[in-house]
Amino acid sequence: MLSLPAAPAPAPRRQVFVGTALACAAGTTLVGGMLAMWMRFRDDALSITGGTWVPKGVVIPGVATNVMLIAFLPICVFAQWAVYAARRDDRPNTALALALVALLGLAVINGQVFVYSQMNLAAAGGAFNSMFYAVTGTFVLLTIIGMGFSGIAAFRFLGGRTADREIVSAHAMYWYFLSVAYAALWFVVYVTK
Amino acid sequence: MTTIDTHVTTAPADAGAERGSAGVVAWITTTDHKRLGRMYIVASLLALLGVATVGLLLGLERADTSTDLIDAGAVSQLFSAYRVGLTFCVLVPLLLGVATAIVPLQVGARSLAFPRLAAAGFYAWLIGSGIVIGAIAANGGPGGGDSRMVALFLVAHILLLVGLLAGAASVATTILTTRAPGMNMRRVPLFSWSALVGALGLLLALPVLVGALVYVYIDYRYGRGGFGGNKGIMTWIGFGFTQPLTFVYAVPVFGFAVEVIAVASGRRMPMRGVVFTGIGLIGVTALSGISQQVFSVPANLLYGSFRAFLEVFVPYALFNLLPVLGGFIVIAVGAKALSSGRPRFTAPLVFGLTGALLVFAGMVANAVYLVGDAHLGGTVFEEGVWLSMGYGALLAALGATAYWGPKLWGRSMPDMPLVGIALLGFVGAALASVPLYVAGFADQPADAASFDYSGPQELWNWVSAAGHALMVLTVLAFIGLALRAFTGGPSAGDDPWDAQTLEWATSSPPPADNFAEIHTVASAEPLLDLKPLDTQRSDA
Repeated sequence: MLSLPAAPAPAPRRQVFVGTALACAAGTTLVGGMLAMWMRFRDDALSITGGTWVPKGVVIPGVATNVMLIAFLPICVFAQWAVYAARRDDRPNTALALALVALLGLAVINGQVFVYSQMNLAAAGGAFNSMFYAVTGTFVLLTIIGMGFSGIAAFRFLGGRTADREIVSAHAMYWYFLSVAYAALWFVVYVTK
Repeated sequence: MTTIDTHVTTAPADAGAERGSAGVVAWITTTDHKRLGRMYIVASLLALLGVATVGLLLGLERADTSTDLIDAGAVSQLFSAYRVGLTFCVLVPLLLGVATAIVPLQVGARSLAFPRLAAAGFYAWLIGSGIVIGAIAANGGPGGGDSRMVALFLVAHILLLVGLLAGAASVATTILTTRAPGMNMRRVPLFSWSALVGALGLLLALPVLVGALVYVYIDYRYGRGGFGGNKGIMTWIGFGFTQPLTFVYAVPVFGFAVEVIAVASGRRMPMRGVVFTGIGLIGVTALSGISQQVFSVPANLLYGSFRAFLEVFVPYALFNLLPVLGGFIVIAVGAKALSSGRPRFTAPLVFGLTGALLVFAGMVANAVYLVGDAHLGGTVFEEGVWLSMGYGALLAALGATAYWGPKLWGRSMPDMPLVGIALLGFVGAALASVPLYVAGFADQPADAASFDYSGPQELWNWVSAAGHALMVLTVLAFIGLALRAFTGGPSAGDDPWDAQTLEWATSSPPPADNFAEIHTVASAEPLLDLKPLDTQRSDA
């Protein structure tokens, strides 16, 4: 009969962290691909003599979009604060940091809804209109997933699985990804009009 | 020392405890990777029957231009359905299903990483595929006339892709994080390595296709202002169904081929690092999906400027020549392994070799197709490339099912009839694709049922249609044989192929947790380490 030596207990797996890293990579190509198509359409529209990309009369509320960008700075800080606190088994601070991340995520979504309401853009008005809703809507969906991630991380950690620090680290990585993705989106969609 | 033959102490997962409705519920709600893999395989093979039939219908329609088998308005939709169906309803899920079932066993893991995500991914793919096919049948899909069905097709296509992404993430995470102690990345089995490269390729490339689909859907649903409506859909999402991105979907074909070559020759695969590199080079084509572009090159490039050389030749070489190099490396090392021994020509080996050769032929032909001065753009040459790749990958996937079927179902398929089916499939695939290369040089237009050109169009298209018919026969024969063998065939035993990797160290079928104990491995062929030297075919 064939035999192999029995192994000791397997080392920590970091499955959630690796899985989240793969998800972030996939999200990067998703957002990157969409922004690339956006730039191509924009260039095509502007290459026509007298052509415009942003429809006439449409004003992008710059303050709201800038505040959304700025909001990602404390989000990154709070996400890392959660990692720092989790490593020290500091449950109150971990919970507070995760809650603040989710709250600011909600603020980002609120900011996007405000942008939609201020722009009052009809989805059926042309390529800019439909693409604007597609790319920003996709980002809102990614943000909602991030808030869900914050909730799951908080409940798992507060539920007593304090050894489960990996999920807090993975959570932070996901929000870093969202921050970079929004910075790219902000520059391509809101700045280079 | 401890036994690795686990069926003595642990009951197999399919021991028959679940009968009737409880059994159905257990299958539907399963998170066991072996069951998920088998569900992927069975559903893909069923979809394959429909897709192959569509291919046959299109072949017949082109062969005889005097009569219309298919309504003229439906031809372009059927071409689209054929591409979508063979790529995302058959090929990718079939290979992903094999990987889902086998990779955890190969790397010595008790389960798949994120099993619930993988199960959700399977159902997302299954439901998405069903709706995609239904929407196309109801006059939807690219070029479809029913706007609601076209929109439904787009949404379902996103769902389908998200499902495949979930499955790919599970497979990749499993290989990266749940390997048995002692199994570093250099000791990962060849098929698992190719599954990792393929899964990473899917994770990088498919989201770009998802993004394009989101754009097209929103535009189609709300205004049709920028993406060309129903006629423009394939313009924006077509890169997902054409070369070179399709080579990423076929990466596991090469892993399977070298895996069965090593087993058939009874020796350790030489130059494993080189084989790993070759498979990795094929995976580079995932970047073509990210770029969403096909890079062609003029033949007179060498006479142009250095800047033009950099701008044109480098991306062309990156996405089209590197895969050829990678495929060549894998095939060359495989040939060396075969020639240095006295291999047993088993059915999986024939499936693997013919499949890899067809895919490689497609890669070479694609490199030719994209040389601008060949003037092959817009001709059926590209369809010939796609068929070489698609049917080649399909043959390898059938071979993988035959090879690992004994492990998953506990019963063996008869080898001699399988060899016949493999050869029939190879002839069918060659007949379906090669005439289209010739017709492409004679300028037969792509995706058109009626045309006029200088070549003997009826001959080539009849031969191609006959090839499709042989593929339908191949699939039917394989499914029939598999049904009979896996339900009532002879018991396979734990290691029917005298194999080298960990999946053959457990019972057939494996217990619920795969292995009674986790084991330490000391080489890339842990099972071969245990076999006495005189039982290894070192006489070769």
